[in-house]
Amino acid sequence: MLVTGIQYPVSSISLMSTPSVIIKNLSKSYGKVEAISDISLTVDKGEIFGCIGPDGAGKTTLFRILVTLLVPDNGSASVEGYDVVSDFKKIRKIVGYMPGRFSLYQDLSVEENLKFFASSFKTTIEENYYLIEDIYKQIEPFKKRLAGKLSGGMKQKLALSCALIHKPEILFLDEPTTGVDAVSRKEFWDMLKRLKEWGITIMVSTPYMDEAALCDRVALMQDGEIMSINTPAGIINAHKKPLASVRTNNMFKLVEDLLSMNDCHSAYRFGASVHFTPKSDQLKTEVLLQNLRKLGHNDIEVAPISPEIEDCFMELMTIA
Amino acid sequence: MKGFIIKEFYHIFRDVRTMVILFGMPVVQVLIFGFAISTEIKDAEIAILDYSRDNMSLELSNKIISSDYFILSENLEDESQIEKVFQAGKVKEVIIFGDHFARNLEKEQSASIQIIADASDPNTANLLVNYTTGIIRNYMAEKMGEQGMPIEIKTEYKMLFNPELKSVFMFIPGTITVLLMLVSAMMTSISIAREKELGTMEVLLVSPLKPIQIVLGKVIPYVVLSFVNAITILLLAFFVFGMPVQGSVILLLAESLLFIIMALALGIFISTVSNSQQTAMMLSMFALMLPTILLSGFIFPIENMPEVLQWLCNLMPTKWFIIIVKDIMLKGVGLAHIWQETLIIIGMTILFIGLSIKKFKIRLE
Repeated sequence: MLVTGIQYPVSSISLMSTPSVIIKNLSKSYGKVEAISDISLTVDKGEIFGCIGPDGAGKTTLFRILVTLLVPDNGSASVEGYDVVSDFKKIRKIVGYMPGRFSLYQDLSVEENLKFFASSFKTTIEENYYLIEDIYKQIEPFKKRLAGKLSGGMKQKLALSCALIHKPEILFLDEPTTGVDAVSRKEFWDMLKRLKEWGITIMVSTPYMDEAALCDRVALMQDGEIMSINTPAGIINAHKKPLASVRTNNMFKLVEDLLSMNDCHSAYRFGASVHFTPKSDQLKTEVLLQNLRKLGHNDIEVAPISPEIEDCFMELMTIA
Repeated sequence: MKGFIIKEFYHIFRDVRTMVILFGMPVVQVLIFGFAISTEIKDAEIAILDYSRDNMSLELSNKIISSDYFILSENLEDESQIEKVFQAGKVKEVIIFGDHFARNLEKEQSASIQIIADASDPNTANLLVNYTTGIIRNYMAEKMGEQGMPIEIKTEYKMLFNPELKSVFMFIPGTITVLLMLVSAMMTSISIAREKELGTMEVLLVSPLKPIQIVLGKVIPYVVLSFVNAITILLLAFFVFGMPVQGSVILLLAESLLFIIMALALGIFISTVSNSQQTAMMLSMFALMLPTILLSGFIFPIENMPEVLQWLCNLMPTKWFIIIVKDIMLKGVGLAHIWQETLIIIGMTILFIGLSIKKFKIRLE
């Protein structure tokens, strides 16, 4: 049943049921540009699976193939047992899809949008209200307002309500939190956690590394390829190299100077500091301090830290 | 389906631009065309070539000039000057009295006048000739009353530059055609292209809605509104310009409905090949508006076109619809006379529906 070469900790659910999504050696090009190449993965029933990667990693293309909007060049994919090419009509009945861009009718009110999508799926708001109640209650006070006049966070809540109104078996959310404020992002992830309890499989993509920790499993994507698939903890555990957070009085020069050192494996900006990995297996703080002083840095702080998902991502990119 | 149609009406009624195009334009266009093709003549410049110069020819000349309609620009000496004054654009009409005008009238009870008009503007030319002959006939009646015997002034007229005088008074059939085409085809193509542009098409496709449901949901509101438009124009034509429908109104409305469906099918076809509202609009403009106005016989008579263009005109659904509307409105004919044109439009409708279904994308590429 699973014919992928990827190893991951097997959860109890996956032993009992067929996976929701099975992708085998999937490729898709636009002209000469290869959007995704030779991707294989499986998503188990009822899990929150995150595709994490920067813009241009191929997340949107992958999602569009899965919701039957694009036909792959090579390989195969199935959603809930239906092939994305030949059984596209069946898939369209059971998936909830939220495109990356806000795709509701801006000139329709909140309520009218929801009603329209309910009628498109031959259902009513009342029928599956329990599913969206949590989310919809927050925007219900504005139900007469035009969707175009909502804030970013409220738009996302409405879009999620519309994608859920027909009680889909699986949700595809393409960058649902891009352009949404921090508070709304957190609320949004809380909602996904609650939806998971209804047994809905959720596949979500995001460019924000910190959101990876909120998924059950993640695929780190870069340039159309998957660099790693694991649980968030698994990905962090796989990061074996020492890591240090470095700050000095001259942050502009710091990355350049660190990269010029013999013992440098990688150095990159991370928020207000620079994360540094040495080539050797141990971090030699004294040597690093000396070298930096020689290069004219003052007020140097070097602190060993444990890696986050983004560090793992950067490490995978450095190796590749 | 029902939900889709309701949603589509919301789109239409909430967008000011759409509303203006839908309901403002028909009224404005009919009124502009109506009044631009004016039926009034005032102070038109004319020239007179009088070979007689006797009391009666001078009397009649004075009568013509002293009417409010004409102003004498110059008196000509001989025929060679006629072409020159026309080409110089100085006058719109030349009136020519033959030799011995008064003597012929008195002795033979018959004399002749020739009127030459610049028909490069056919409407004006026609009106000028009508006004002039009207004044001459009036003069004739006066003389008959005075002298108590029947006399006859034969008027003979000649249209320069465009002898056939086509395209007169057909602005209503033309306007109906242009507007139905514009509203139906352009508005549907733009409204489908808008769904693609704003990304909502993506969501619609990933739903159990069938393409035919999406298309019908788009089309039905516009069928209704275009039909309302057709009726508005006919009412305007009747009440503002006093142009009644000679033939069957029901037949006319049925033919209009057929034409609307054809235009909608064309609009959907355009939308299948355009991804943005702008492309849809440009395509509609070039593919529909220009040919509709230029190659349908609405403004320029088809008979005067080069043969190649005449062939092109046959491909324009609008040409056939203008013939149908003209025949029903002006000549009052029944279906027996226009079945061929009707069949051609039915054929085109089927063609465009077929093409749209074939071209409608169920995916994003």
